[in-house]
Amino acid sequence: MATTTKVIPQRRRSWFTLMRSSPRTAIGAVALAIIVLAAVFAEAISPYPPNQQNLRSRLQPPSAEHLLGTDHFGRDVLSRIIYGGRVSLQVGFIAVGIALAVGGLIGLLAAFYGRWVDSTVSFVVDVLLALPGFLLALAIVAALGPSLTNVMIAVGIANVPQFARITRSAVLQVIEMDFVTAAHAAGSRDQRIMFKHVVPNSLSPVIVQVTLSLAGAILAAAGLSFLGLGAQPPTAEWGSMLNSARPYIRDAHWAVTFPGLAIVVTVLALNMVGDGMRDALDPRRRD
Amino acid sequence: MFAYIVRRLLFMPVVFLGVTLMVVLLLQLLSPAQRAAAFVRSDAQLRNLDAIIVQYGLDQPFHVQYVNWMREAAQGNLGYSTASSEPVMDTIRKRFPASAELALISLIPVLGLGIWLGTLAALNRDKAIDQFARVFAIVGWSLPNFVLAIWLLVIFYGALGEPLREFAGGAFRLEPGRVSTSVNIEIANGNFPLHTRFMLIDSIINGRWDVFWDALRHLVLPVITLAATSSALIMRVMRSSMLETLSQDYVRTARAKGLPTATVHYKHARRNALIPVITLSGFTVIFLMNGVVITETVFNYPGLGRWFATAAVNLDYPAVMGFTLLTAFIVVVGNLVVDILYALIDPRIRYG
Repeated sequence: MATTTKVIPQRRRSWFTLMRSSPRTAIGAVALAIIVLAAVFAEAISPYPPNQQNLRSRLQPPSAEHLLGTDHFGRDVLSRIIYGGRVSLQVGFIAVGIALAVGGLIGLLAAFYGRWVDSTVSFVVDVLLALPGFLLALAIVAALGPSLTNVMIAVGIANVPQFARITRSAVLQVIEMDFVTAAHAAGSRDQRIMFKHVVPNSLSPVIVQVTLSLAGAILAAAGLSFLGLGAQPPTAEWGSMLNSARPYIRDAHWAVTFPGLAIVVTVLALNMVGDGMRDALDPRRRD
Repeated sequence: MFAYIVRRLLFMPVVFLGVTLMVVLLLQLLSPAQRAAAFVRSDAQLRNLDAIIVQYGLDQPFHVQYVNWMREAAQGNLGYSTASSEPVMDTIRKRFPASAELALISLIPVLGLGIWLGTLAALNRDKAIDQFARVFAIVGWSLPNFVLAIWLLVIFYGALGEPLREFAGGAFRLEPGRVSTSVNIEIANGNFPLHTRFMLIDSIINGRWDVFWDALRHLVLPVITLAATSSALIMRVMRSSMLETLSQDYVRTARAKGLPTATVHYKHARRNALIPVITLSGFTVIFLMNGVVITETVFNYPGLGRWFATAAVNLDYPAVMGFTLLTAFIVVVGNLVVDILYALIDPRIRYG
C-alpha cells in the first residue's frame, strides 16, 4: 500500500512538467481533448442531425445558420464534421487496439522465447514491411469487401508489424535485466514473469507508438474512405465527405476545406502529443 | 562488402516469395469464382468460369493452388483485370511509365528541397529560416496527401482558381489529367507516337515542345502532393543530422585551422550529414508508392495508382494482386539499392 501512495503523485507531476516544459505537447493535448469531447457529446453540440437533408439550401456558403456551410444535399457541414470525428476516433482506436493486441503479443512471445519463434516472427514482419502499410490495408479491404468494419481490421493488420517490432525490442532490453533473472531463479512460471515483470517495464516505447499509430490509423482510414472503400454513404466520415464533395469544389470549396482541416488538426494534435511523449520518455531522441 | 551484397541478393527472393504467399493467402478469403478471375486471360474466358475453377483446381487445398498460381505467374500471367479490360501484365506495362515519370520528377523536390532546407535550417539554428523549416516539417508531415491534393485543386482549379488564372493571364493553367484532351486525341489518332510512354521523353523525341510544356503543366500539382510528406521528412532528418555533425570535433578542427566557412559547412559537415538521409531514401520509396495511389486518383492521372484504386473499389482481384506484387518488388529492390549505397558511401559500415 505504501508504494502506491508514493507512485501516484510522482506520475501526476511528470505529466504536468511534460506539459509545462513543452508547449507544443500542451497545445496538442488541448486540441485532442476538444476533438474527443466534441465526438463524445456530438448529439448535444452539433446544430443539426448529420444526415438531415435540405435540398433547398444545398451548397450554401458559411453563414450564421450554417457555420461551415452546407454540402450538395444541403446537410450541415459542421454537424457532419462533429459526427465524423466520432467515426474517425472509433476506427483509429479499434484499429490500433487490434494492432497492439496482436502485434504486442507476437513481439512479446518472439522476444521471450527467442530461437525459432523469434526468427519466424522476424521473417513474417520483414515480409509484411515489404508492403507499404496503406497499400497492404487497401489490398486487405479489397479482399474483405468495402466497409468500415473491414477498414478497422485491415488498418489493424497493417499496423501489426510495427507493434511486433517495437514490443520485441523493448522486451529484449528488459529481459536482460537482473530482476528478470532473479524471477527465473526464484522459480516463477513464464506467464507470471512475462505479465508481472516484463510487460509493465517495457510499456513506454509501446505507449508512444500507440499515439503515433493512432494518427496513422485515422489517416489510413480516412484515405480508404476517400477512395470509397471505407464508410459508405450517408455515414458522416471525414474521408468520405471529402470524396463526395469533390465534384463541387468549383462552387462550394467549404464542403472539402473544412473536413480536410478536421483531419489535419486531429493528426497534427496526435503527432504533437506523440512527439512530446517520445521526447519525455527518451531524451536522446530530442531534436 | 561483396559477401553482404550477395547475401542481400539471396534474401530478396525469399522475402518476395513470402509476399506472394501472403497475397495468395489473402485470396483464400474469396469464393472460387472470384479467385478464378486471377487466371483468366480474356473476356471470352471470363464467361465460363466453372471450367477455369476445375482447370486450375481452385477448389483444391491451399498448397496446390499456390503452386498453380506460381506456375502461371512465372509465365507472366497475372490474370485479367476487369478495371482496365485487358490482362494485368499489359496494364502494368502500359501504365508503369506514367507512374514512374510522376515519382521520378517528385524526387527532385523531395531530395533538393529537403536537403537544401535542412542544411540551411541547421546552419541558422533558431533563426527565422529554422523556425520556418520546423513548421514546414511538422505541417508537411501531418498534411495527408488526399487533403493536400484536394486543397490544391480548390486553390488552382476550383473556386479560388478563377482570379488566379486571370492574374496570370491564362498562361498558368493547372489541370487534372496527364495531358490536354487535344494531345490525347492526337495519341488516339496515332499522330503522336508513344516510344517510351514517358510523356516528357516522348515529346522530346517527337520534337513537340508544346506537348512537353503541356505534360509539365499537368505534373505540377501531383508532384507537389507527392513530394510534400517525403520532403518534410528528409528535411527534418537532414536538419538534425547536420546539427549533430556540426558539433563534431573534426568540424571544429577544420574551423580552427582556418578553412573557409563554406568549405567547412559543405565539404566537411554536409557530406557526412547526408548519410542518414540515404538510409531514409528507402522510406521515400514507400511513401511515393503510397502517395501515387491517392495522387493519381485525385488528379485523374492515368497511372498504375489510379488503376489500383479503381480495381480495389470494383473488386478486381487480379489487378489488386498484380499491383501488390509489383509494389513489394519495387520496395524490396529499392531497399536493397539503398543498403548497398549506404555501405558504399560510409566506410565505417562493413557488413561482415
